[in-house]
Amino acid sequence: MCSCSLYSLCGFQCLLFMTNSMVLSAAIFITLIGLIIYLHFVKVDQESLLVIGSLGIQVTSSYASGKESTTFIEMGQVKDVVINEAIHMQKVIYYLCILLQDPGDPQGVSEVVPLFQSSKPRLDCLIEVYKSCQEILEQRKTAPQSSGIK
Amino acid sequence: MVLKVFFPSCCSSAESGILIGRWISEQNSAVILAVVHFPFIPAQVKQYLSEVQRVTKVSVSVLGSWSNSKQEKEESLSEFLEDLGTIFSHEPWIQISKEGDSNFWSCSTLQKHSNNPKEEEIILVYYDQRKVMLSHLHPPLDTAASTDHQADDASKLAAIFDTVAKSKVLFMTDRYDDGPIKLTHWQSDGVEASIIMELMKQASVPACMLLTFLLSLISGICRSRVLKFWPLSFLWSKLSTCEQLGHRLQHLQVISSNKKAQNQTQLMRKANIFVSLLVDVALGILLMSWLYRKNRIGHLADTLIPVADHVAEELQDLLQWLMGAPAGLKMNRALDQVLGRFFLYHIHLWISYIHLMSPFIEMILWYVGLSACLGLTVALCILSDIIALLTFHIYCFYVYGARLYCLKIYGLSSLWRLFRGKKWNVLRQRVDSCSYDLDQLFIGTLLFTILLFLLPTTALYYLVFTLLRLLVVIVQGLIHLLVDLIDSLPLYSIILRLCRSYRLAAGVKFRVLEQQDGKPLRLLMQINPLSYGSVVHTYRLPTYSCYPKDTWTSLCKKLFLGELIYPWKHKGEKQD
Repeated sequence: MCSCSLYSLCGFQCLLFMTNSMVLSAAIFITLIGLIIYLHFVKVDQESLLVIGSLGIQVTSSYASGKESTTFIEMGQVKDVVINEAIHMQKVIYYLCILLQDPGDPQGVSEVVPLFQSSKPRLDCLIEVYKSCQEILEQRKTAPQSSGIK
Repeated sequence: MVLKVFFPSCCSSAESGILIGRWISEQNSAVILAVVHFPFIPAQVKQYLSEVQRVTKVSVSVLGSWSNSKQEKEESLSEFLEDLGTIFSHEPWIQISKEGDSNFWSCSTLQKHSNNPKEEEIILVYYDQRKVMLSHLHPPLDTAASTDHQADDASKLAAIFDTVAKSKVLFMTDRYDDGPIKLTHWQSDGVEASIIMELMKQASVPACMLLTFLLSLISGICRSRVLKFWPLSFLWSKLSTCEQLGHRLQHLQVISSNKKAQNQTQLMRKANIFVSLLVDVALGILLMSWLYRKNRIGHLADTLIPVADHVAEELQDLLQWLMGAPAGLKMNRALDQVLGRFFLYHIHLWISYIHLMSPFIEMILWYVGLSACLGLTVALCILSDIIALLTFHIYCFYVYGARLYCLKIYGLSSLWRLFRGKKWNVLRQRVDSCSYDLDQLFIGTLLFTILLFLLPTTALYYLVFTLLRLLVVIVQGLIHLLVDLIDSLPLYSIILRLCRSYRLAAGVKFRVLEQQDGKPLRLLMQINPLSYGSVVHTYRLPTYSCYPKDTWTSLCKKLFLGELIYPWKHKGEKQD
């Protein structure tokens, strides 16, 4: 539906160019460009988390224009996956994040990577994801007998 | 622990044989590099592997067996494959078998010396061998800085990329060779080469030698004593064109050096410099052809004198306005007239000088315009220098106004202290009280009053000329920023990221392929390319960059006190 409207706007724009109404066509052109930029860089359609026990954790965000941006964090760098609380204005928000190991200090945390920044699921959803992640992370600490993917 | 097998996707359709590759025991993973087909003599295989190991320093060994049967599994074949495990002893012995066209392979391991007889779980990761071999893994920017935490924390992926990249020699034998070993890998259908690249490689050696010779001549001339005399050396240091030319000369020396690039960074830097120079010269020649067509440069020279005249006339009008009642303010008539006439005479001198030069302007500009073929950056630097020369009188006025104002401000502050009975203690760098004589106080107060009432006039002149000077400085600064941009942009890296994005890798990404119960987990490993921002940040060429020397507050303070400002500092310049 979105692409249909985009194409029809483009066609209308070409028509306008031929009939020489500068201001209107300039405005439509700028709107089109802005819309394309918004869809490609800002609007996130889907976010997913892939945890492979022996390899690492992969975080993917797919944008409305079809672009996908992926980050893969190796298991050796992952210290833990936790739910953090934050106080924002008048409410308390919860977000899931990955704690990265500090190479120099075994007890220290070098970085906190927040997950699901755009979809912002609620606490009950986060708890489900958290439980699944912890199952897999537990296995790598004890003698790991099997891998799991979630 | 889970066993990870990295299998090249090009070997999926290979005939049955044994798998060779590297076993990384710390990660419990096997990186398969190629498949050796039947028939083979085990002794020859072992000899070949030890040769490869010697050359590449990668511990290549036989890891397991691979069976690709079109019909159902043959019992005799599987026994034969198990027996192979005893000849090439490797712990664990990996057996992968594919039936027909099925996508789901069965993998198993044979552990002879292990304590627990339990079946290990296996993850099969497919990777594109050619892309992984050519790619360069970039560590994340923040960890690249800290080099003290090393080797054991080194990325596990880096080990895999390393293994494939170093085994280039293994991929040189293709199926048309007559050797005793028949391999399948990504290049087994024949090594690809391009005639153009080979010719360029052959031609580059004499070209580099010629270039080095020419450059040594030029740098010898530049360093000769003739050019080191005082007026000339002062001129060279002030003109930005000479700096830019020196910078480009340095670049040429880097490219034409005989030493081969040691590592990836140096290779990319050389390539970036080469492409940047090429694009620069191409744009410069384009500009030159545009300028000289229809004699545009003649027109430019013709309009230069009238423009300079026009600027001078505008300045004269400005001074007349200042000598009257500017913006309704009432000036001190005498001082106003003195300053105004002084500056007017200066402009008159400048106009006569320009008119003296006018017959030669066209010829000079014509020859100077030819130097645009050395590059667009050189042309822009020449433009900036021409602007500086043409607005030299504005610079002079600014200096006069600033010095006068500065003197006035210092005098005022010192006399203000006297007015209050204090003194500046130079030794202690602080204000101390001091008892003055009566006549000292009298003269001091008189002078203070005079200076105070003359302040608005001087301040106004100073304000006007500072604004003009800042305008010129901003224009010059913008031109230099553009030159800097062209100099430091790593064009080759950006084009590489655009066209062959797998060569610059920030990491990997895994995709889960179709699963079947009882079969191992299948993943596809793809290369995650570096983002454009990181590409520019990592491969930026260093420049003699000019950046603002002062922060905003110190700039404002200097302006208020009347100190001379030179906002764009060049890296090599001494402090003003």
